[in-house]
Amino acid sequence: MHLHRFHGGLKLPDHKAESTAQPLLTMGVPKYLYVPLSQHIGAPTEPLVAPGDYVSKGQRISRAKDYICAHVHAPTSGRVKEIVEHPIPHPSCLSAPCIVIESDAHDQWGDSRMPAWLDWRERDARSLRDRVRAAGIVGMGGAAFPTAAKLNPRAGTRIHTLVVNGAECEPYISCDDILMRTCPEAILEGARIVAHILGAERILFAVEDNKPEALRALTDARRADEADFIQIVSIPSIYPTGGERQLIQVLTGREVPSAGLPADLGMVCQNTGTLKAIRDAVLHGQPLISRIVTVTGPGIREPRNVEALIGTRFADLIAAAGGYAPGVDRLVMGGPMMGFAIGDDAVPVIKGTNCLLATRPQDTPAPGPVMPCIRCGECTRVCPANLLPQQLYWFAKGKDFDSVQDYGLFDCIECGCCAHVCPSNIPLVQYYRFAKQEIWGRERERQKADLARERFEFRQLRQEREEREKAERLARKKAALARKEPDQGTKTAIDGAIERARAKRDGQSTGDASSADRERADG
Amino acid sequence: MLHAILAIAGLALVFGLILGYSAQRFRVEGDPIADQIDALLPQTQCGQCTYPGCRPYAEAIAAGEADINRCPPGGEATVLALADLLGRDPKPLEAETREKAVAVIDEQTCIGCTLCIQACPVDAIVGAAKQMHTVIEEECTGCELCLEPCPVDCIFMVPLQQDIADWRWAQPEPSPVERPRRATGDVTGKRRESA
Amino acid sequence: MEYALILISTILVNNFVLVKFLGLCPFMGVSRKVETATGMGLATTFVLTLSAVSSYLINEYLLTPLDLEYLRTMAFILVIAAVVQFTEMVVHKTSPLLYNVLGIFLPLITTNCAVLGVALLNVQEAHGFIESALYGFGAAVGFSIVLILFSAIRERIAAADVPVPFRGSAIAMITAGLMSLAFMGFSGLVRL
Repeated sequence: MHLHRFHGGLKLPDHKAESTAQPLLTMGVPKYLYVPLSQHIGAPTEPLVAPGDYVSKGQRISRAKDYICAHVHAPTSGRVKEIVEHPIPHPSCLSAPCIVIESDAHDQWGDSRMPAWLDWRERDARSLRDRVRAAGIVGMGGAAFPTAAKLNPRAGTRIHTLVVNGAECEPYISCDDILMRTCPEAILEGARIVAHILGAERILFAVEDNKPEALRALTDARRADEADFIQIVSIPSIYPTGGERQLIQVLTGREVPSAGLPADLGMVCQNTGTLKAIRDAVLHGQPLISRIVTVTGPGIREPRNVEALIGTRFADLIAAAGGYAPGVDRLVMGGPMMGFAIGDDAVPVIKGTNCLLATRPQDTPAPGPVMPCIRCGECTRVCPANLLPQQLYWFAKGKDFDSVQDYGLFDCIECGCCAHVCPSNIPLVQYYRFAKQEIWGRERERQKADLARERFEFRQLRQEREEREKAERLARKKAALARKEPDQGTKTAIDGAIERARAKRDGQSTGDASSADRERADG
Repeated sequence: MLHAILAIAGLALVFGLILGYSAQRFRVEGDPIADQIDALLPQTQCGQCTYPGCRPYAEAIAAGEADINRCPPGGEATVLALADLLGRDPKPLEAETREKAVAVIDEQTCIGCTLCIQACPVDAIVGAAKQMHTVIEEECTGCELCLEPCPVDCIFMVPLQQDIADWRWAQPEPSPVERPRRATGDVTGKRRESA
Repeated sequence: MEYALILISTILVNNFVLVKFLGLCPFMGVSRKVETATGMGLATTFVLTLSAVSSYLINEYLLTPLDLEYLRTMAFILVIAAVVQFTEMVVHKTSPLLYNVLGIFLPLITTNCAVLGVALLNVQEAHGFIESALYGFGAAVGFSIVLILFSAIRERIAAADVPVPFRGSAIAMITAGLMSLAFMGFSGLVRL
């Protein structure tokens, strides 16, 4: 198949052999599992269980409230100990609510498995999507976008190609490689199911050329008559070919539009791990409760891939890989280019944890002091999204957030190629992340301000209306009073009283007058 | 001589007429600039800028009476946005920016007097006479206008907790080479100054 | 052909701002943002073209027949002032924001030496009607181009690492000087 190239990219030493030398290890069930309520892009879930409840393996313990959200299931059977704030794998090192499960030794499914659908070909897309949603499946390449939403493209878009992302371009990470070697037919079955859901006419399964065993395993697992339907393509191993936009460009030469999605080109991209999870959900009714994690790096004694339950603490995984090597000072979740540092190895594995990378100080030489930008243009040469990182840097630095968007900030995939080649050691990706969040934050504040203004203006209207109504009421009352004649009875009584009072006064004065006359007469 | 006077006078008359007519034709109603400025302000209606609300402040800026750096709730972002809109120089804020906080009513102490409800510019307090009052957290803008009228002092400002949803990457620090330094004889830049 | 030469001359070779050094006040004052500069450029184009044409007509059909050449400057100023007032009203109506941002510089187009300069140079060069119009239009286009270029550079400078003694007007002046040097490279392109 004729392949194309995307602009830029880097050839990096892949460091994959360290972790693929050993076979996949399936970890036992740990004593405690810490399952975060939010393991995906989108709103957090709502817990369905309370402390003390018994849960069986695969039982839904937390519910998705929105469309862009995914259910969370119990990875094993046991009792819910508490729902508490626990450190989670996030660059902020903050804690978030987690359901803590104390496992019993039984690992029982109970009746929490959904019905097995061996006849999935007869089912329609909607029920299959509902099954994917019920199983809590999210993108397992690291971004953790809820898959059921991704498999439901906008009305009017026709999907003709399913792209399976087996590239795994970042150094050190090999979980997808091991998955492809270990259970290629499961991945292929998952791909067939998704192609059925989307109505795709072909599947392009892309694997980087540094994974010959995986390529061979997949080709062997594929049925002979499927060679046209499922094309297994070996692509050059350049970082970041695994980004879905770059992958689509390599396979088809077409660029996903800037504000658009691959679905606009009629394509959907899925990770191999996601496909296997879909297959487990449809064929066996199992929700997403475990994943393969690569535990690797010079700071690990026996680097290998580990299949672990969601909620297992990092410390337990590292112990299963022989523990830390002496002198470890850094633990990164993800790879060396796009991963972030973790402060506490008690954080649990979540659905998007693809790799744990431990390093010692001698493995990552100090980057040196940050120096001024010399406008050399190296960053522009390597940017896979064909942006101008230098200009984005200047605008982000000067907080010119309008220009930074004009130059395509939101097309940046934060791959780190630019920062990798910068001779001045400028942390470019930090600037872009800062700028993106500033812009989102300002947008949120602007919406809040607009809402506050509406409420203020309505309040002013309300007050004016109340004043008006009060004035009207007063005016009406006054008018009524003025118009109204006092009734005759009252008038007579009042007149009578006035008469009597006058008579009394006159009578007194007459009396006085007569006494005065008598006095005059006397004197 | 007469020709000169007539010529100039004639020109002036003609232009005067044209301008008079144009003045009528191109009359501008209202104050659209104030609207654009108002759209950039945070609408807390707190009065910290010394104007009774955000709209009067916007109108003052449009008229050139007020400077653009008087809004603490808007922060530096608003100053920069206003400077950008109006082509003026951005200035540092006059007053200190306070931490974002919301008002919380201590329900044990509230006597149901409705004075705070009348004070709130965005109607974020729910309640009625002799009934419990409470602040709707999402609508509270942190303007602090309700603190004074309360006769029993039961309203407090509680800083907003930072959680995962609000957490943001910090702006990267400027490099030691760029920050102005006193001459320390430290050429290597290894000794960092306190930020 | 003559007309094309006039245009090239006024826009590039004898650019009014960078070679003749006329109209420097709005050049320095309105060039912080590209949008403002574009607005100012358009306003000046309108004023320059209209006043160049009106000045020519007044000079040709009023002043010269009546032997009132000594009133030229006064009459031209009258014309320019009226045209600028008219432009102000139009700008205020169509874009109040631009009106507010340009501020005092909009009425100051009246005193822009480039505008009066064009009117007087037209007389000096004994241009005909179309030549005067083109001369005015070309001068304005040259002015606008340079203004927009300068404002784009200044926007970049605003975010850049300028050494402390150079910040503000100093770096702007140096940039203007360098641009002027660059434009002088056009001399000899066309002889007019």
